[in-house]
Formats: sequence, structure tokens, C-alpha cells
Amino acid sequence: MGKISLRKVTKKFGEVAVIPSLDLEINDGEFVVFVGPSGCGKSTLLRLIAGLEDVTDGVIEIDGVNATQTPPAKRGLAMVFQSYALYPHMSVRKNITFPLKMAGMDPAEQERRVANAAKVLNLTDYLERKPGQLSGGQRQRVAIGRAIVREPKAFLFDEPLSNLDAALRVNMRLEITELHHTLKTTMIYVTHDQVEAMTMADKIVVLQAGRVEQVGSPLELYNAPANIFVAGFIGSPRMNFVTGADADKLNAKTIGVRPEHIDLSKDAGHWKGTVTVSEHLGSDTFLHVAVEGQDTMTVRADGDVAARYGDTVYLTPQADRIHRFGADGKTLK
Amino acid sequence: MATQHSRSAARLMISPAVILLFLWMIVPLAMTIYFSFLNYNLLRPGAHDFVGFRNYYYFLTDPSFLIAIKNTLILVLGVLVITVVGGVALAVLLDQPMWGQGIVRILVIAPFFVMPTVSALVWKNMFLNPVNGLFAYFAQLMGLQPYDFLSQSPLMSIIMIVSWEWLPFATLILLTAMQSLDSEQMEAAEMDGASAISRFIYITLPHLTRSITVVILIQTIFLLSVFAEILVTTNGGPGTASTNLPYLVYGQSLLQFDVGGGSAGGIVAVILANIVAIFLMRMIGKNLEA
Repeated sequence: MGKISLRKVTKKFGEVAVIPSLDLEINDGEFVVFVGPSGCGKSTLLRLIAGLEDVTDGVIEIDGVNATQTPPAKRGLAMVFQSYALYPHMSVRKNITFPLKMAGMDPAEQERRVANAAKVLNLTDYLERKPGQLSGGQRQRVAIGRAIVREPKAFLFDEPLSNLDAALRVNMRLEITELHHTLKTTMIYVTHDQVEAMTMADKIVVLQAGRVEQVGSPLELYNAPANIFVAGFIGSPRMNFVTGADADKLNAKTIGVRPEHIDLSKDAGHWKGTVTVSEHLGSDTFLHVAVEGQDTMTVRADGDVAARYGDTVYLTPQADRIHRFGADGKTLK
Repeated sequence: MATQHSRSAARLMISPAVILLFLWMIVPLAMTIYFSFLNYNLLRPGAHDFVGFRNYYYFLTDPSFLIAIKNTLILVLGVLVITVVGGVALAVLLDQPMWGQGIVRILVIAPFFVMPTVSALVWKNMFLNPVNGLFAYFAQLMGLQPYDFLSQSPLMSIIMIVSWEWLPFATLILLTAMQSLDSEQMEAAEMDGASAISRFIYITLPHLTRSITVVILIQTIFLLSVFAEILVTTNGGPGTASTNLPYLVYGQSLLQFDVGGGSAGGIVAVILANIVAIFLMRMIGKNLEA
């Protein structure tokens, strides 16, 4: 079991309210990702759930029990830190055993659980090494191993992949997702990388300045962003925003079109522009186009489009894929 | 980057410094060894005969020699235990966030800036003195007989004074080590269910081992040669109760004017200090390897 509810949770550092009154439900077995720009309070929120920070006001319930004042160790949650926070003087085996030893568990059971975790995480050959002798990915797995041996109600991940190189990050992303399928335990994952959020989450919580902007599945957020912030944050490259006459025609303050929902033409179209940068990824080509009277727009085209610097192109948004936003930034229905 | 040319230029340029340092070390050492084989007493002018190992024989069979060795060891070990245990405790306390932290830290480190002669005199006259001392005052306040520290337990008094001088050093080194402890490690241990005491034993202490090793090594070197504190308080007495090896060498050469005997004692002290250093490096030096 691992159902976590936050009710009117507030966190202030002195006079600064990092999280002004926030409500959130996390269901058992869900993979929830907190995503937002840096400084949005997502790590603070995770630390509040872990119990490493005191809540200024509000209630945190774990499995229906009020855990607001419960010390971190008693909450039955396990956390994987950004720096892995492995104990450098202990071998991998001792690192993983540490929480069990602290719980005073029977040594035979300790042995069994460590062997199990090592097998799941491919660490069996490294058990006698020190963390300093491991690669980044292996350290990451040890940190996860230390979390899973406790068989917690929920796992908390605090930007666990940000110290890894790009290739390893993709690998570990898959491993963590697979781990979630095997363990079926609630996982809360904090990241600033919307690609990680989109690929891993059952449910994404988009945060800005301590407020929840939108909660939903990855595709819900992609297809129906609640406001201009979510629309701009989810999706890569970023959505193009247009104001002025084009927006007025649709009764909106701003309209947004994703790069993949714009048709490109050499002869005619809605907007005329000049290519400034073209990024050829092989599968796709991203064109940055300076449109007259607008900001630079990004367009996704096929991989074999041979547009070069200075070429004139015409852009046409797909009419049914245009997002409309009001003056307050909210999406217009 | 170093080419053949720049390397030889570098050698040429550092050679004056290296040669100076080498002479700085080798000349006094060679002269001390030379004097230690001579019958050389300032009170008996005349030829300084070569007497072989006789100076060494007299120094090593002197009954004060074994007492001095014992006193030196007690002094070094006593101060090490007090400063390391006290230093860890103070470092843990000073690492806690509190109001006026900066001022408290400076206060704690201040004794290290007081020169040994001065601090020993302050202790002798203001704390330990059986008539005017602060401790005597407190004893009388409670209706007790004042205790004459320097004559009743001279070695303990000197250990106390030297510990007071070196505790700030240990605290300073250990405090900086405490501050380099990754806070996420502590939080991870907290989440893992470790109590404050377990966190201290399993996380803080192992993290501090390297700094504790540094403190022990550096302090041992300096504590083997404690001299000023003894000279201004007990003069090695009563009898030889607080005489350590450096003080014995001093007595031999400057109170008995026996340059030959004193030099022999100095060489013995150098050899013993090297033996101690080798043992220390063997025992705890491995902590320094990354």
C-alpha cells in the first residue's frame, strides 16, 4: 500500500512561501512525476513528503494515517537522492544492508533481501566494492537497492538521473520504469526534464512557484494543457505562441501551435518567414523560422527536408491543433 | 607540457632553495652528531677529546632517562586522547546551527593563538596557584583544601595546559571536516532509520577518520617536543616528575653545560621520534590513502 494525500500543505522559509497551500492525491501503485522549472518547489515538496522538512501548515496522510509529525524513518518511505548519498566508507553490501541493520532485522533475512535486490539490479558482482570504485550508473543502482530492500510503501526519487551522461540516462530511465512494473509500488519522481516526465509517468504534476498548474497523464497534458505555462513546458521543442491579429481572429489573447502541427511549404501558406537555423537530426529536421511580425517559430519537418539558412518558407498551422489562451493564460474551451 | 628545456630550467631555478634547505638541515645535524662523540663541557676548557660512545652510554644509563621517556609518552598520549575526544565533541556541537556561531567559533579557536610560554604562565599564576589561583578560590568557596596542582600532580597539570592549547587545533580541523560531510548522506541515514547516535557512529566518525589521523600525526610531532610549558611552570620537577625528553636534553646541555652529553641526548631523541613516526605511519597512515 502507498496512498499519499496532501491537504492544504504549506511551506514557508521565513517570510517566503515556497509552497502556498497545495492539495494532491497520489494513489497506490502510481508512478507520479513532479516536473517544473528549477526553483518551483518540486524538491521541497518531495522533502516534505519524506519528512526531511517540516510542514508549516496542512496535513500529509500516508495510507489514511496522519503522518505530518511522523519522523522520516517511521513513514515507511525510501528516498533516492540526486547525489546518491552512498556511504563512501562502506562496501556496496553494507550500504544496502544499512537500513535493515538499523531496523534490527534478523541477519538471515537481511542476507536474503540484499541478495534479492542485488539480483534485480545486477549488482551481485559488485557487492564487495566501495562506492568510489563504481561507475555513475552502478552507484545509482546501489542507491535504488538501498531503497528497495526496505520494501517501502513508496519510493521518492529526487532528480536521480541528473548526474548521468545522456546515454546512461536513457538506460536508467528504462530500468526505473521496469522496476516500477515489477514492484508495483508507488513512486514519486522529481525532475526538471519534461522528457523524463513524459516517458516515465502515469501521472504528471506540473508545478510552478509552488502551485500545481495541472495534474494528468502525459498525453492529457500534451493534448489539453490547462494553461499557457503547461503548454509551453510540456513538449519538445517548445510550443510556438502567437499574439496579435492571428489570435484576435480566434477570439483569444494568445494562440499556441506545436512545431509538429505546422505544415511547411515552399510556395504558399499562412505565414511567410526565413529559415535562420536548421537542425538535422536524421529522423526529423527542426527549422527555426523568423516570421514577419512574430517571434521566431520552430517547425518540425521530415528528416530529408533540405531547407538551409536564408531560404524563404511558408508555414500553415493545422487548424484543429491550435490551442487558444485567454488574457489570464488559461486555455479557452 | 614540460619540454626537456623547461624541465632543466626549472631544476636550475629551484636548486638554490633546495640547496639552502638541505644545508639548513644537514649542518646542525652533522654538528650535533660530531659534538655527541666529544668530551665537551663548557666548564672544563681544554682539548675536546674524542670519547666514542661514552656520552651515549651516560645519557642512556642515566636513571632520569627512562623516567623522561615515560613522562614523554604519558604527556603525548594524554594530550592526544583529550584533544581528539574533546575536539570531536566540540566539532559536533559547533556544527549545529545556532545564534552567534561565528563569534563562538573564534572564541573556541582563540587559545591556539596564545604562545605556549604565555598560556603556561597564565595557567600557573591565575588558575593553578594554590593561593591566588581561580581553582583554589573555587575549592575554598566549597570549603575544600586548595590543591597545589603543580607540585602534587605536575605531569597532569602540564597535560591540562598543553591540551588547552591544542584542543582548538583539533577542533578547527575536525570542524572543517564536519562541514564537508554531505548533508544528503545524513538525510539518507535519517530516512534509513538511523538514530542520532547511530548516525554519529556509522556516518560522522568514519567521515572524520582521515582528519583525526591528520590531527594525531601533526600533534604527535609537536607534543614530543613540548618544552616551554615545562620550563615556565615546573622546571621538570619536583625531582624529575615532569621531565620529558626535550627537557632532559636541555638540562644536560644548558644546566650542566655538557655539550657532548646534550648532543648525544638530542640524537637519541631524534632517533626515538623517528621510530614513533614510523610506527604512526604504519598504524594509521593507511587512513590517508584515498
